[in-house]
Amino acid sequence: MAQMTLIQAVTNALDLELARDKNVLVFGEDVGHNGGVFRVTEGLQKKYGVNRVFDTPLAESGIGGLATGLAIQGFRPVAEIQFFGFVFETMDQIAGQASRMRYRTNGRYHCPIVYRAPYGGGIKAPELHSDNLEGLFAQSPGMKVVIPSNPYDAKGLLISAIRDDDPVLFLEHMKLHRSFRQEVPDEAYTVPLGVANVVREGKDVTVVAYGAMVQTALKAADEWAKSAGIQAEVIDLRTISPLDTETIVKSVKKTHRAVVVQEAQKSAGIAAEVVAQINENALYHLEAPVIRIAPPDTVFAFPMIEDEWIPDVNTVKHGLETVMSL
Amino acid sequence: MSTVLETKPASFVQVLSPDGSVVDRDLLPNLSDDQLRQLMYRMVFTRTWDQRAVKLTRQGRLGFYAPVSGQEASMLASEFATNEEDFILPGYRDIPQCVFHGWPMYQAFLYSRGHQHGGEVPEGVNILPPQIIIGAQIVQASGVAMAFKLKGERRVALTYTGDGGSSQGDFYEGVNFAGAFKLPAVFIVQNNQFAISVPVRLQTAAETLAQKAVAAGIPGIQVDGMDALAVYAVTKEAVDRARAGEGPTLIETVTFRYGPHTMSGDDPTRYRTKDLESEWEIRDPLVRFRKYLESKNLWTESDENQAIEDGKNAVTEALKQADSHPKMSVPHLIDSMFAELPAKLKAQKEEYLASREVK
Repeated sequence: MAQMTLIQAVTNALDLELARDKNVLVFGEDVGHNGGVFRVTEGLQKKYGVNRVFDTPLAESGIGGLATGLAIQGFRPVAEIQFFGFVFETMDQIAGQASRMRYRTNGRYHCPIVYRAPYGGGIKAPELHSDNLEGLFAQSPGMKVVIPSNPYDAKGLLISAIRDDDPVLFLEHMKLHRSFRQEVPDEAYTVPLGVANVVREGKDVTVVAYGAMVQTALKAADEWAKSAGIQAEVIDLRTISPLDTETIVKSVKKTHRAVVVQEAQKSAGIAAEVVAQINENALYHLEAPVIRIAPPDTVFAFPMIEDEWIPDVNTVKHGLETVMSL
Repeated sequence: MSTVLETKPASFVQVLSPDGSVVDRDLLPNLSDDQLRQLMYRMVFTRTWDQRAVKLTRQGRLGFYAPVSGQEASMLASEFATNEEDFILPGYRDIPQCVFHGWPMYQAFLYSRGHQHGGEVPEGVNILPPQIIIGAQIVQASGVAMAFKLKGERRVALTYTGDGGSSQGDFYEGVNFAGAFKLPAVFIVQNNQFAISVPVRLQTAAETLAQKAVAAGIPGIQVDGMDALAVYAVTKEAVDRARAGEGPTLIETVTFRYGPHTMSGDDPTRYRTKDLESEWEIRDPLVRFRKYLESKNLWTESDENQAIEDGKNAVTEALKQADSHPKMSVPHLIDSMFAELPAKLKAQKEEYLASREVK
């Protein structure tokens, strides 16, 4: 066991899967010689050669199309989009092409591709680097969308994603990249896709979150427990598509109240889907409306005010207070 | 045996050799002594400003910054060939051209810090704020150029990208559209040798980036991007052609960035050698142009010092102005989304304010 940051856990997962399966390929802008702008692929080109870990020309649509072509010929591409805001450039190759391949060919071809991308606010990156665009892909049928909140899950989920036979978007929150370390086993292990995790047990209210918001929710829950004596149960979704409705509903049936926290702007997002699932499956168990804690429906805030725009511990506590008072 | 599959490299335009002597007298642009001095002034001013900006970024006083040293001729001599009413669509590194095209430096600093007012280009200044998405401005340049053509305005759209940018689909689409519609556009590819860490030879098998014009059916030319007069001469001709309704041009300026890709953690020693850096420093655009001007008695040490002093003062002044500008706010961000704020956003604004009152 070693203490690893989220970045190290991802590097470790890529290393193990490259070693295990010769069909795994890792590529993208600056991922080869330079080891990626965040050093996630550091050392991998040296170890596995330029045919398996390589730099591409600067063209996201090219990267996406390359992945699709390689995938239908039996490879398992792990393609990096340098920053998630650049994904619009290859939106068609992911949401219009790879995710539809199985359907389009009636199962003759499929695309076991992982698209990795750093995303998320709090590090004052320029425009179109931090945007939370996960909802666009959760709305793309045929795609799975995975967002780890800690190093242990990052490794296990990435290994599952690489071994999965369908396209998976794997998002790495930049604020979590090196913010804390965790015990991570040296050997390969999997964390299943589509299964949420109860990261804090509680009986009074359910807090559903994912990505960096899990840490924020946990902190708010701990503070709220101390100041108000209320025990919040915190669920880390881990995979936002497919959503683990069962875990959410089970918790809500126990607590009768829920808030959903997301870093993406409020409307038509993952939080809205979670609320809909609760309505469809546990409405009569609710004692209060389920509320969303999310930034307003604007473009992702410029760096100068991103910390004020993204939900923080206080806004989560405010949400908890609201839902408990209803 | 000869082959029909040979790629034909575009010619390489140079006016001044690295020692400042004239290599091609026929190409010497028609610039007055004052204009020559002004161009030199801008390059020295910009080098000084760049060095200050790098320090300020390290101190946390600026935010996002992509250093420009090494590319002064490529940037400033090309902008020098435009008129005020011509429209510039810059990439994220192309701050100097925008400032000399009228963008106040303090707004460039606010842009760097991630303040919305940075991109609020003043009325009458013909630029877009710097583009983050590589190549997106190339396609937009064709749109701007078409607007000029449709409105019968004798204006030109000038856009910049890098060697990496010339790999994007948007690049080919933009250049091709401009050719197809015979638009008044000039596309400048500043080939500074590395797209972050990836060298040009891994970017493309094309011998030059200028030859990418061939498939679009427009003129493409490669120019010594460390040679201010060559960059000016080529850009001026392209701009004049565009203005005269003769269509677009693709220009590749062969240049080098001395610094890192940006100040956000890039370490050039990981992907390029000291030898390579020294090789490019010999071709330095400022040294070369200074030698030429000195040979014509057009530039003195006191001119040099004045440009440096002005550069420093401009940065100090702009920083002061940026510091005193009101801080951006989330309610303002909400207000700026639409011409008329939808009811839902109005409610979210109230909700936001209420949620932030809790401590």
